[in-house]
Amino acid sequence: MITTSKKEIDKIVFGLLSPEKIRKMSATRIITPDTYDEDGFPIEMGLMDTRLGVIEPGLRCKTCGQRVKDCPGHFGHIELAMPVIHVGFAKTIYAILKSTCRGCGKLLLDEKQLEKLRKLYKKAVERGENTSYFVKEVVKLASKVTHCPYCGREKLPIEYDKPTTYREAGHKMTPSEVREWLEKVSEEVGDDLRLLDINPEVARPEWMVLTVLPVPPVTTRPSITLETGERSEDDLTHKLVDIIRINQRLQENRDAGAPQLIVEDLWELLQYHVTTYFDNQTSGIPPARHRSGRALKTLAQRLKGKEGRFRSNLSGKRVNFSSRTVISPDPNISINEVGVPIVVARELTVPIRVTPYNLEEMKELVRRGPNPKPPAGVVYIPGVNYVIRPDGRRIKVTEENAENVAERLEAGAIVERQLQDGDIVLFNRQPSLHRMSMMAHRVKVLPYKTFRLNLAVCPPYNADFDGDEMNLHVLQTEESRAEAEILMKVQEHILSPRFGGAIIGAIHDHISGCFLLTYKQREFSKDDAIRILAAAGYRGEVKEKMSGKEIFSKILPEGINLEYKAKACVGCATCVKEKCPYDAYVIIKDGELLHGVIDEKSIGAFKGVIIEYITRKFGNDAARDFIDRVTKLGIAAIMVIGFTTGIDDEDIPEEAKLQINEQLEKAKRKIQELIKAYEEGELEQIPGRSLEETLEMEIMRVTGRARDQTGEIASKHLGMDNSAVIMARSGARGSMLNLSQMAGCVGQQAVRGERIHRGYRNRTLPHFKKGDLGAEAKGFVSSSYKKGLTPTEYFFHSMGGREGLVDTAVRTSRSGYMQRRLVNALENVKLEDNGTVRTTTGEIIQFVYGEDGVDPMRSVRGKAVDVDMIIREVKNE
Amino acid sequence: MKMDILKHKLVPHHEILKEEEVEKLLKTYGIKKEQLPKILIDDPVAKAINAKEGDVIKIVRKSPTAGVSVAYRVVTKEII
Repeated sequence: MITTSKKEIDKIVFGLLSPEKIRKMSATRIITPDTYDEDGFPIEMGLMDTRLGVIEPGLRCKTCGQRVKDCPGHFGHIELAMPVIHVGFAKTIYAILKSTCRGCGKLLLDEKQLEKLRKLYKKAVERGENTSYFVKEVVKLASKVTHCPYCGREKLPIEYDKPTTYREAGHKMTPSEVREWLEKVSEEVGDDLRLLDINPEVARPEWMVLTVLPVPPVTTRPSITLETGERSEDDLTHKLVDIIRINQRLQENRDAGAPQLIVEDLWELLQYHVTTYFDNQTSGIPPARHRSGRALKTLAQRLKGKEGRFRSNLSGKRVNFSSRTVISPDPNISINEVGVPIVVARELTVPIRVTPYNLEEMKELVRRGPNPKPPAGVVYIPGVNYVIRPDGRRIKVTEENAENVAERLEAGAIVERQLQDGDIVLFNRQPSLHRMSMMAHRVKVLPYKTFRLNLAVCPPYNADFDGDEMNLHVLQTEESRAEAEILMKVQEHILSPRFGGAIIGAIHDHISGCFLLTYKQREFSKDDAIRILAAAGYRGEVKEKMSGKEIFSKILPEGINLEYKAKACVGCATCVKEKCPYDAYVIIKDGELLHGVIDEKSIGAFKGVIIEYITRKFGNDAARDFIDRVTKLGIAAIMVIGFTTGIDDEDIPEEAKLQINEQLEKAKRKIQELIKAYEEGELEQIPGRSLEETLEMEIMRVTGRARDQTGEIASKHLGMDNSAVIMARSGARGSMLNLSQMAGCVGQQAVRGERIHRGYRNRTLPHFKKGDLGAEAKGFVSSSYKKGLTPTEYFFHSMGGREGLVDTAVRTSRSGYMQRRLVNALENVKLEDNGTVRTTTGEIIQFVYGEDGVDPMRSVRGKAVDVDMIIREVKNE
Repeated sequence: MKMDILKHKLVPHHEILKEEEVEKLLKTYGIKKEQLPKILIDDPVAKAINAKEGDVIKIVRKSPTAGVSVAYRVVTKEII
């Protein structure tokens, strides 16, 4: 065991590196821009000097004498011929220049103002408040001063040109001048620098003008050797080469007494290179580029943004004990389970501590080795990949040494056992938008190479099987396993905190199946009834003839009472309840489905009234069991009854087609009339609209109604014997609108909520007359999808479709960014035991959570209690 | 003519808590005064009810979810 003394971080202080400190920590001064000599060895005092650390195996670091893996790398330094401004502090320098006197270096505030600010500052520090906005106040006050209150020198206006130029009354200041000024400031201002948000203990203002540049160790900028033997240097090295070259030239020119102009040009060039070395996206200057034209990735670029060090490597990390593969459905496993391929199970392990009590068992496990042959009739038994001995040594178990390792196994060792059925793992699909995107499942090791999941958990993950991949993480400690078991198991998430209803439930064929089973009084023979019920896991007596409703009742928990309107409800003016002609009024009494059809509203994900009620009344275990059974029941029913859909589901009789055409003609005539009225000036204007807008609105109304009417005509001829209609009415898939667009007419296409109007001059396409305002010329599609669209209709349809596509793309990126901002703002807010919402420092945000203190997950669709339900229950008793 | 903003329907009820009420409030939540939400001293309502720095204002709002919700704010000056 490696023992280390306990160290606690008390605080972190950020400061500036002084030139002395930079020289002191430097392993060597860098003077040559060359990296390697002809033999490929690093040149001394070059950028790849072996005193800065080594990146090639075999070489030893000249500073610490260690090899590649152990040498952390060491800094070097470049002595700059002339000082340059550090871009990162350009704004701070500007604030100092504006608020101090060039003559005496003091703050341009009189004693009274200073005293007041000092007092306020002290108070802010005591209260633990942010003190960074004192800078603004100091600059504001100082900018009003015309003459220094101490030495009387006139304060000249300071201008700042991005990124690194300062002017005093229009005269450009060299970095040397700026540095001299700042030196005076650190001498004179002293502790008051805190008002400028500078801690004088760790940062002196003149250090913001660089005279020495630290050179990062080679380990931070490793060169890569290509297959051709060519060496390719890191972007940072390239940039440092530039800096050294110009620095050298500047020094030579200055020492040779070159004209001022040339020296200044070179100085500015050095400033450019140092600026881009820090940040290559500094506004105001062109980014430094690679020979290929690609912008260099310098220091700031390594840290910034999504792919930067912070967000990519520190906030997010790649992890061990995880796996990713394609997902596929398995209706036979429980919602709590996940099917794991054997190859994956052999790779992922769970650590098990060896104790005197399990020693024999563990020995047997280790003896199996990493790839045990399962006994006949079994597909998989877990083996062991590694054993960690009590002394911390990790031993790889192979077929050869398994016996040996097993014999020497002792209490205190850790055996890394391969996954087995029942292990608890986390399962996740990106984007992880809510907590149901990562839930705990129990492992079920299965053949083949995909993760298998129950169809009912597709909605919370928003998963389908068109190639989706998911991640799986194996928990490594008892605590995490216990926590996952209690808090993260799928069955704990049946009710969503989003709206207080079921989010896990039946989808697609489950719903169609249950709908067909329970719609009106369908009768089943004993054989079929047994077939269906056995599939759903029912074991018990089955009558000679059973109705679908009776079959469904068998899987309902005893004593369940419910009354509600199904999805199939059409919303009659007066509800006749149990006499509903559509069988859409559901009555469940004492676990018996008496009336009504089971559809999306009863068992569907996001809606599922029955699932929601069972979860609340009978608990998660019962709800999980019900979901498992009802999905299997639905599948068994749909297989017994038979179900198919095809394009002929949208076949409608000739007379219906005539009716539809008639309606469309009527609509077109009506539009012509409107246009005529408009042209003759007889159209009545809607208040607040122009005449043109009025016409457009009227036409949109006519086209909208035309589509609805054709839909009605079409659906009149599509009855409940039609599979597509069954799916739409039960909520399994598709809507009646989809159907009417397939059978009747697609309807008006719109871009930005208006009829299509752009394209050619005064017309949408050259097929139409200029100024044509008629239906066809403005994107009305009178064909149905089944009949097929004319070329112009197809074009307009594509326009509308493209808009939808762009909208979704824009929406996801926008809402993603919005969520990021929200999460960053709220991540430290916590709900305390007493119901208050507080920040980490104990400041109160809300006195009662959400004003009403209701946990949405335990609420009934947002309300704390369902009063109607309670009354009904009390009355029934 | 000056309007009484306290009578506007969008302005909830504000009142300054008495010394002992403040003490009780801080005790029930186990907090210091600085941990309360803040209201600026030049807030129009704070001015209208003559609140001084350090006063605690009780605000009673109508809430769509809870019926009535109560919040407390401590009157503060901006640092600068």
